[in-house]
Amino acid sequence: MILLIQINNHIFHYLEFVKPIEDILKRNSIKFKTINYKDISIKDLRESQRIIIAGTSLKDNTFLSDIENFHWIKDIKKPILGICGGMHILGLLFNGKLKKQQEIGLKEVEFKQDFFGFFGFKDVYELHNYYVESSEYSTIAFSDNCPQAIKHKNRNFYGVLFHPEVRNKELILNFIYHNFS
Amino acid sequence: MKIGILFTGGKDSTYSAYLSKKYGNEISCLITLISENPNSYMFHTPSISRVEKQAEVMDIPLIQKVTRGIKEKELKDLEFTINKAKKKFNIDGIVTGAVESVYQASRVQKICDKLDLDCFNPLWQKDQFELINEIIKNDFHTIITGVFAYPLDKTWLGKKIDLNFIKEIGKYFEKYQISPSGEGGEIETFVLNCPLFREELIVKNRAIDGGKNSWRMEIELE
Repeated sequence: MILLIQINNHIFHYLEFVKPIEDILKRNSIKFKTINYKDISIKDLRESQRIIIAGTSLKDNTFLSDIENFHWIKDIKKPILGICGGMHILGLLFNGKLKKQQEIGLKEVEFKQDFFGFFGFKDVYELHNYYVESSEYSTIAFSDNCPQAIKHKNRNFYGVLFHPEVRNKELILNFIYHNFS
Repeated sequence: MKIGILFTGGKDSTYSAYLSKKYGNEISCLITLISENPNSYMFHTPSISRVEKQAEVMDIPLIQKVTRGIKEKELKDLEFTINKAKKKFNIDGIVTGAVESVYQASRVQKICDKLDLDCFNPLWQKDQFELINEIIKNDFHTIITGVFAYPLDKTWLGKKIDLNFIKEIGKYFEKYQISPSGEGGEIETFVLNCPLFREELIVKNRAIDGGKNSWRMEIELE
């Protein structure tokens, strides 16, 4: 089961940032459970094989004040993909710092190594006011402005600053089907 | 939450307005840009002047602005109009009917961010057949007011978006990749009735103009 974590609170942000990921999973008959970050139980974490933390809107940053709700990530061994705000969380939990950088719309990003089937230049959809930098992650992809895809140096934690659910849906599926062993 | 709807009179922005009310938001105003350029990158154009009647039957104030429809200038006009709505109605956010267009969505996002407004896109990336089915299921009476792709022709103008439409457009979707909800600009629509309207709008006259696979229908309402 895929655990899909929602970090926004408004129903419209669920429809904009979480439902498109649910639709990708449904179309591919992948079993998942969507849950708000405040409601995650030990059972949810135990039953999940992969975890995706979905993003949210430019102005919806409440989750940043609730970072203690994500401390379970430090102990978990399962693969995690953090999207936009989800990437911020993954970085912040490992000594990362948020830095101001707005990018909105289609941008070209360069993947320096393979990242779930992505390599070289790709057009991606951006919607963020910040990016995260942490020395505990390797940066795999960059835009002209900032890191776009990161991987934890010792664990299966991955972050993308762009929104793959918009123009790069296969990245989500490749993460789910990837053999991490 | 007090919101303004970026409103074209077509099915997507009207459905977004419907969802806004359904989920407890206060729709303070509708915001409409009337483009003098029929090929505007940003704004739906056929029958847009009829949005006044829609606003009237919804009892929602309408803020309109005519724009010449020049690519980046129309964004300045949009920003000006959204800012006017913010000042007049003290709105917290803007709701759009964007489904697929990153061009439109990203530009509205930038404007909202600049004006410190939330931007909501409740239909974003929604499966197009799911969207049309929901609109039909929620008692929307929507007609086609423009077609702009092969093999669509003027016989489609005035057709109701209903289950028959889904069946017909489904064939074109498979054969010609025509977006069933017109997301590639293949189809423009106008809503004559929906649960937000106090009464149905009746088409009195229609004027059809175009050629080959590009046709528009301007409607006059009773």
